[in-house]
Amino acid sequence: MSLDTAKRILNNPAYRQLIHRRDSLAWILSICVLVLYFGFVLMVAFLPEVLTAKISEGSVIPFGMLVGFGVIVASIILTGIYVRRCNSTFDPMIEAIMKDASK
Amino acid sequence: MSRLSTKSGRSLFALATTSALLAAHGALAQTAAPAAAAPPPMPAVPAEVPLNVHAIVMFVIFVAITLGITYWAAMRTKTATDFYAAGRGITGLQNGMAIAGDYMSAASFLGIAGLVYMNGFYGLIYSVGWLVGWPIILFLIAERLRNLGKYTFADVASFRLQQGPVRTMAAIGSLIVVIWYLIGQAVGAGQLLHTLVPQISYKVSIVIVGALIITYVTFGGMKATTWVQIIKAALLLGGATLMALGVLMHEGFSLEKLFADAVAAHPKGDLIMQSVVPIGAKANPIESISLGMTLMFGTAGLPHILMRFFTTTDAKAARKSVLYGTIFIGYFYCLTFIIGFGAIVLVANNPDYVADLSKSVLALKGGGSMPAVYLSHALGGDFFLGFIAAVAFATILAVVSGLTLAGASALSHDIYANVIKKGKATEAQEVFVSRACVIGLGIIAVLLGIAFEKQNVAYIVALTFSIAACTNFPILVLSVFWKGLTTRGAVIGGYTGIIGSITLLILGPTVWTKVMGMGPAIFPFDFPTLFVLPTVLVVSYLVSVTDKSAQADAERAAFDAQEIRSETGLGAEMAAEH
Repeated sequence: MSLDTAKRILNNPAYRQLIHRRDSLAWILSICVLVLYFGFVLMVAFLPEVLTAKISEGSVIPFGMLVGFGVIVASIILTGIYVRRCNSTFDPMIEAIMKDASK
Repeated sequence: MSRLSTKSGRSLFALATTSALLAAHGALAQTAAPAAAAPPPMPAVPAEVPLNVHAIVMFVIFVAITLGITYWAAMRTKTATDFYAAGRGITGLQNGMAIAGDYMSAASFLGIAGLVYMNGFYGLIYSVGWLVGWPIILFLIAERLRNLGKYTFADVASFRLQQGPVRTMAAIGSLIVVIWYLIGQAVGAGQLLHTLVPQISYKVSIVIVGALIITYVTFGGMKATTWVQIIKAALLLGGATLMALGVLMHEGFSLEKLFADAVAAHPKGDLIMQSVVPIGAKANPIESISLGMTLMFGTAGLPHILMRFFTTTDAKAARKSVLYGTIFIGYFYCLTFIIGFGAIVLVANNPDYVADLSKSVLALKGGGSMPAVYLSHALGGDFFLGFIAAVAFATILAVVSGLTLAGASALSHDIYANVIKKGKATEAQEVFVSRACVIGLGIIAVLLGIAFEKQNVAYIVALTFSIAACTNFPILVLSVFWKGLTTRGAVIGGYTGIIGSITLLILGPTVWTKVMGMGPAIFPFDFPTLFVLPTVLVVSYLVSVTDKSAQADAERAAFDAQEIRSETGLGAEMAAEH
C-alpha cells in the first residue's frame, strides 16, 4: 500500500465515520452475545431454580432448555445480522472510499 | 447383535476428550467415573468376535476418497501459500463447512451425546458455551485476521511488534494447545478403532491414523486438509441428521414424548431435566462461570481454527464462512442433544449394550463415549453402526490433520522462517521445513498416543481451551484493537496466560487430586480462566503503558497503518491465481 493512499484514506472523514459505525455495530453485537450467554451462565450459577422450572403444568421440559436453545438461535441470528449489514451497507461504502483514494 | 453382546464389557473406550468432558466442572459424577478413572488394561479379543465388515468397508472407501483428494491437491500445491493456505481459494461456504468440521470433533459428537446420556440437560450448557464463541470470532476477529495475516495468527499478533519475542510466545502457546489436543485425539482414535474392530490393536490403530494424516498433510497441505474436512463435515452432519430423525420417528416426532420417555428410562428420573451441574455434583457458581468463559473465549483462540481464515479468498468470504459455520455447528449441537436423549430411551436398560444391568442400567460396554455409537446400532443395525463408526473415525483423521498442519506452521513459519531465519528463508526452504515438521509432529502424536493410552487425560479440554482463552485470544484482540499494546506488554501478558493457566491446572482438582493423587487441591477450580484472563489483560495493560522505550513509541505509531489494512483489506494477502 502506498503511503499516499493510506494518508488519503486516513484523512477522509467518511472513512473515519464508516469504521466507527462498523466497529460500533461489531461491539454492540458482541455485547449482546456476552449478555445473553453470561445471563444464561449466571442463571446456571445463581438461579438454577428458574431454569429447572417446567415450562407448563404436566410437561417434563424445563424452562432452561428453551433458554439454552434460545441462546444458540439468537447467536446465529446475530451473526446473520452482522453479515447482512456488512454486505449490504458497509462493503459498498468501503469500496467507494478505496476507489476514491487510489485515484 | 451377537457381536455386541460377546464383546468384553471391560473393553476400554474412554475417548480421551470425553473423559475430560465428564470429569470437568470439578465433579466426577459417579456414573462418569469409569470413563475418567485410570482405565483398565485393554482386554484380549475373544476369538469369536466377527469382523465389523460394514465399518471396515466404509472406512476403506473414505480413506480411498481422501487419498484421491490428497493426490489431486498435491498436484496443485506448488507455493507456500498453496501449502499453508490452500492458495487462498476457499469460498465462504466451503470454509464454513471446514471450520465446522474442525470444530465438530469426535469429542463433540460422541462426547456431548455421552454427556447428555449421563446427565441430561447439563450437556446443553457445554453446547451453548461452545457455540457462543463463534459470533465473537465473527464480530471481532475473522475479517481482521484475514486482512492482516499470512499463514498463522502470530502474523497478526506480531504485525507491528517485534517479530522474535512475540512469535516465539505465540508459537509456544499454539504448540501446547496443538500437542495436547493431538494427544486427546490420538488416544480417542486408537480406542475407537480398537473397540469397533477388536482385531486391530490399539497401537496399530494409532499408527494407521499417524500414517494417514502424515500422507494427507505432507503431500496435500492445506488443500487436502480442507477438502478432507469438508467431506467429513458433510458425512457427520448427514449421519447425525439420520440418527436424530430415527430417534424422532421412534418418538412419533414429539419432543415432549422423547423427554418424558427419557425421564422414565433414566435411573435418575426427572433429575436429568434439572441438572445444571453434573448429576451428583455440588453446585459451584464460580466454576460454572469460569467454565463458561473458557468455552467461549477458548474457541476464539484455537490455532487450527484461526488458521482457516487465511484460506479464504478475501475478508468477505471469511466473514460469510463464520455465519455458515455457526449455522452448521448450532444445528449439529441440536442433533447431538436429541441423540443423547434418544440413547437414554433406546440404549440404556438394553442388555445388548449395558455392561451389567444388575449394577447400573446406564454404564455401557466400552465406556462413556458409546451412547451415540450404540444408538446407531439400535436404530439401523450393523450397517448403520458401521457407517457411524466410519464417520467418527473420519472425524478424528480430519481433525488431527488440521491440528498437525497448525502445529507445523507455528514451527516452520513462526519459529524457523521468522525467528531463526529472521524472514530470510526462501519459500521452498520454509515449505520443506514445514513438511518435515508435519512428519515429526505426526510421529510425536503416535508416540504420545501410545504413551498416554493408560493415562488419565481428563484435563485436556481444560488445558487446551484455557491456554487458548487466556493467551491467544487476549493477545490477538489487544494487538488488533488497542494502539497502546507494545512488544513488552504482549510478551509478558502472553507468558502470564500460558504459565498461569498451566500452574492453576496443575494445582486444580483434576490434576493435583485425581491424576497425581496429592490430596485436596490447592486451587479449588478445574477451569482457571475466570482468574487468569483478567490477570493477562491487566498485566498486558500495565506493562505496555509503562513501556517508555523508543521502540514502544514506534510500535504505537505503527498502529494507524495496521488499522487501515485490518479494516479495509488494503495490502492484504491476495488469492493466488490458478
